[in-house]
Amino acid sequence: MSILIKGGRVIDPENKIDAKLDILVEGNKISKVAKNIQAQEATIIDADNKIVAPGIIDMHVHLRQPGREDKETVATATLAAAKGGVTTVLAMPNTQPAMDCPEGVRLLQEIIKKDAKVNVLICGTITKGRLGEELSDIAALKKSGVYAISDDGCSVDSDELMLEALKKAKQAGLLTICHSEDKKLSGKGVINLGFNSTRLGLRGISNESEYKRVRRDIELAKKAASAVHIAHVSCRESVEIIAQAKKTGIKVTCETAPHYFTLTEDALLGYDTNMKMNPPLRSKKDLMAIKQGLKDGTIDVIASDHAPHTENEKDIEFERAEFGVVGLETELSAGINELLAKGVLDWPGLVEKYCLNPAKILGLEAGRLAKGTPADIIIVSDQEPWVVDKQNLVSKSKNSAFLGYSLKGAVDYTICKGQVVYKR
Amino acid sequence: MAWTKKDLLGLEYLSPEEIELILDTAESFKEVSTREIKKVPALRGKTAVNLFYEPSTRTRVSFEVAAKRLSADVINIATETSSVRKGETLIDTGKNIQALKADIIIMRHNYSGAANMLARALDISVVNAGDGWHEHPTQALLDIFTLKEKLGKIKGLNVAIVGDIAHSRVARSNIWGLTKLGANVTLCAPEMLLPVGIELTGAKTSSNIDEVLKKADAVNVLRMQFERDEGTAFPEQLDYFKKFGITEERLAKAKKDVVVMHPGPINRGIEMSSEVADGKNSVILEQVTNGIAVRMAVLFLVSQAREAKNEHID
Repeated sequence: MSILIKGGRVIDPENKIDAKLDILVEGNKISKVAKNIQAQEATIIDADNKIVAPGIIDMHVHLRQPGREDKETVATATLAAAKGGVTTVLAMPNTQPAMDCPEGVRLLQEIIKKDAKVNVLICGTITKGRLGEELSDIAALKKSGVYAISDDGCSVDSDELMLEALKKAKQAGLLTICHSEDKKLSGKGVINLGFNSTRLGLRGISNESEYKRVRRDIELAKKAASAVHIAHVSCRESVEIIAQAKKTGIKVTCETAPHYFTLTEDALLGYDTNMKMNPPLRSKKDLMAIKQGLKDGTIDVIASDHAPHTENEKDIEFERAEFGVVGLETELSAGINELLAKGVLDWPGLVEKYCLNPAKILGLEAGRLAKGTPADIIIVSDQEPWVVDKQNLVSKSKNSAFLGYSLKGAVDYTICKGQVVYKR
Repeated sequence: MAWTKKDLLGLEYLSPEEIELILDTAESFKEVSTREIKKVPALRGKTAVNLFYEPSTRTRVSFEVAAKRLSADVINIATETSSVRKGETLIDTGKNIQALKADIIIMRHNYSGAANMLARALDISVVNAGDGWHEHPTQALLDIFTLKEKLGKIKGLNVAIVGDIAHSRVARSNIWGLTKLGANVTLCAPEMLLPVGIELTGAKTSSNIDEVLKKADAVNVLRMQFERDEGTAFPEQLDYFKKFGITEERLAKAKKDVVVMHPGPINRGIEMSSEVADGKNSVILEQVTNGIAVRMAVLFLVSQAREAKNEHID
């Protein structure tokens, strides 16, 4: 079966393409990118006036399966992914049980084979049970097919253990992803430390709790001569530290999430638990630094940090509510609204952050639109407005920070491995 | 002006005019408590529910007395013996109380923002009787009422608030209320008990109690909440008394008629000496008396707002 996508604005920054072209998909690969392709047998999709881009590769997604199927499953998360234009997700390992051994990975691979609508890559843990005490068998995890390791949700406090992990990951050819947070500094904090935490009477989380650990993780990566990827960067000092490290040639990459370039701590003034995440929404200054970091290339990747929680875990007193928001279905629209429409990034720039850079960091062929690359493609109406509400979110959980927002940019088609997996 | 809010959640959310309206209304209710028959029919047929998630005697009883003097029926829910113990959520508890056709929930809660959340979920009135470290609006209103009664005005007064500002909802409500009405507020505490960015409220900060006392027209001494300490840095008790405790020697160097307030219950010998607590400058018991009038005013106004709104819908 073949698909011919006709007349869209095709964006492929790797090959410096931004032009009105046709794309022919045969099987699960792209077979041709050119003007006026003729293909008798192909199903034709008219992409006139639409953006044609590689599918999003989201490096930070919590599928919640196994263990918390009440929040989300592989089936529901990948449905949400397809709707949001995401064709590959990296599944974070803080499941129950945590992805700390090949047996667990195989179990999840079975579920993925059965239920996933888009590509799901697995991230293993750095330490057993994510407890920060004993390293997982990193070589064995690699062998079982994981793409990266992370103790997401926790940072490995011990410098020695973290250094050892970075070295082992390098040996195994695995990327190490760091949730950089010093919990001794963030303590019982629930929102950004500042005037708002004071007026709301809530414990604060300082920028320091993030950037000090970012600095440490980068120093250890330097010592190990390994690559390191910093997850969910939220504050200006982290951006500055990463920029400096990149200048000196350390192999550090990083991601931020749409809420950090769209919302500030002022969104918390009504104690809305859908604005509660970790790291927290920061100040306007931090938001500006995040945008600048995206613009100048310090921040490589936009990832959702999709973190589903049930209503009864969110619709309670602020301090008791879970941290985290869903994001698969809104991440591209958020980028279109805050970055494209406001001139921070152009379309090739967006595609770099959402598709190409994650592909490069994870060593994937996807993220490009060239002959022979996987046929993971999205077709987007970037001016089409839609309102985010609980009814139109297909994720099992509805804890979006953008509920009630009118966002521009709707995904018309998501094609994954040559199959249409979502059509608006 | 007319009162339009169905809830009282905090003084941060009120305009100076709204605060004045509560104070004026309280003024007219104060006389009720001096009558032989201490009751008016203003809230006859209304039901007020005291929903207290934290132990409190003073505030709960004050609200109960206030509601009864307005002829409302009052129900006290002790959370230790209710469904809350069985894991019922706050919103479910609130909706059940609403289904009983109660009119006002007066809530004390250990989590900041709990009153805001409940008010959003319900159509009936919610009066915040203290939520976490956030606000305790009726306490600040009665403090301000007392101050105004004693000194005739609020605008231009130098008011010192002394003690654990960081963990105090009483401090936050007082800061908002006093600054909105034009007082000069100085917060006096050890550095570790001054929360980040507090000066953005318009209040000044100091850690020199003697300097602050020299200029103060009034000093509101907060309770040191040692029982609340959950791993947060706290000064040593005797050391605190030495550096910040209000004593007769210290007061001797202050203005002669400086007004000394305390929200209670007092830790005698920690934040103030017994002599000061019982001395001629202390208005601590008048604060308790005025609490009734202020809470009558609040219950009356939120109730009126709901009636006005309902008529409008009809």
